[in-house]
Amino acid sequence: MTDFRAEELLADTIMRLIGDVRHVAVGNASPIPALAALTLRERGGGKPYVSLLGSRRHMFFTDGGRELFDCAGQGRVDVFFLSGGEIDGEGNINLVSIGDYDQPNVRFPGSFGSGYLYYVVPKVILFRLEHSRRTLVPKVSFVSAPGGNDANVHRTGGPVGLITNRCLFSFDRARKRFTLVSVHPGRTVDDVIENTGFDFDRPDHVPVTPAPTPETLKLMRETVAPQLAEVYPQFAQRVFGVKVAATS
Amino acid sequence: MPTIAKSVDEAVAAIPDGAMVVVPREACGAPMEATRALIRRGAKRLHLVCLPTSTMQADMLIGADCVETLETSAVSLGEFGPAPRFTAAVLSKAIRMKDATCPALYAQVQAAEKGVPFMPLRGLIGSDILAHRADWRVIDNPFGNNDPIVLLPAIRPDFALFHAAMADRAGNVFVGRDRELLTMAHASAHTIATVEKLYDGNLMDDPALSAATVPGFYVETIAVAPRGAWPLQLLDHYPADGAHLAEYAKAAATAEGFARYLEQNVYVKRAA
Repeated sequence: MTDFRAEELLADTIMRLIGDVRHVAVGNASPIPALAALTLRERGGGKPYVSLLGSRRHMFFTDGGRELFDCAGQGRVDVFFLSGGEIDGEGNINLVSIGDYDQPNVRFPGSFGSGYLYYVVPKVILFRLEHSRRTLVPKVSFVSAPGGNDANVHRTGGPVGLITNRCLFSFDRARKRFTLVSVHPGRTVDDVIENTGFDFDRPDHVPVTPAPTPETLKLMRETVAPQLAEVYPQFAQRVFGVKVAATS
Repeated sequence: MPTIAKSVDEAVAAIPDGAMVVVPREACGAPMEATRALIRRGAKRLHLVCLPTSTMQADMLIGADCVETLETSAVSLGEFGPAPRFTAAVLSKAIRMKDATCPALYAQVQAAEKGVPFMPLRGLIGSDILAHRADWRVIDNPFGNNDPIVLLPAIRPDFALFHAAMADRAGNVFVGRDRELLTMAHASAHTIATVEKLYDGNLMDDPALSAATVPGFYVETIAVAPRGAWPLQLLDHYPADGAHLAEYAKAAATAEGFARYLEQNVYVKRAA
């Protein structure tokens, strides 16, 4: 078996979740989704289009930051990625605070684009590397964006799954529930149950998340890692040993 | 006519205490030299609008007690972790928070650009962002049928403040692909831009440059600030100074460390 890094396994899994689409956008603080999207594009010979927020080279927008949101509002963004300081079993995500909003115990950076993109991007892939009862909770303290809405609310998008450092869940929007899809190599179903604060469904037999192929790993390490360094220099250096060019 | 200020300190002196100031996200030219100048001036009670997020710039202004109200979708130090002075200020209720989501801020500034009182936006319904914004409304789409939609009031800042690659002596500012800087300038009563350098000639004479230029018509003041986004990046020009940002993140973790950071990097003008 080829050795691979945890980040590579997660990116490879995200690549399968993205599937065959036209346009993948990647927001702030999302180096692993960015790795997945760029690797997929390399493998697809330029398909899908990738819009990497904060990049010059991997971003075709020319009308300012609003263009991503306008594009998404029209249904022209097929996949986006969101995380949360807390995520609950109904797919609600919290990027704001824990405790009373006016007197919080913990403050996170803020909701970013979630209060909009979660509603209008058909495939939102949730990622939260720390899989614990602290992060995957029964009920979030603050809803930056809800997992679902009443039927009369315009909603063309929402969550399709959640990937963590332990496993992959799929999300059923009609039932507002997660289902365990696979556990990562070295993890167990018990370990997932033990560390998850919400109830979820699972089949009798839960497979192990497949390892990335040598071809995928080669593409990530040799071709994509240097591309990633433009927006995520610290990540590219830490995970792939890409040296950051000090230009001026 | 826009004026070319003698220094960045002179340029930001026009921003009074209590002003509403809009600044861009880091990728569009964070005016860091101007931020240091605002802190040196001792600016107070600013209503800071981040379009639509901020990193070290908002963190420093908050830590230096320049901000009374913060309107943003997020403040973090990106790869260097949470923004410590922002986090501390929210937890101690030292600032008034107006939490938003990115496209809401763009839409609100665009409303001001168009001179209309509000803009509608999809999303938001069922979120606590909306629940905590008494100034936002939900109406039934008058052109639809049982279709609730959010209305957001215009944001008309007193000042737009950003850093860009170059400006000419007529006050035209080249912003390249960062076209939200145009939106900011259109929407704000006054625009102050710091630039890497002055351009010899008129940017409007070159069709390739003029299409990506904020006309001097909208601009109050220009100041030349080489490496004026340091220690943050200026895309197409220089990357972020990672070592310095790591140092900042560490220092700003405590109020004392932050005060020391200001002494060493702000109150004493750094050597060029």
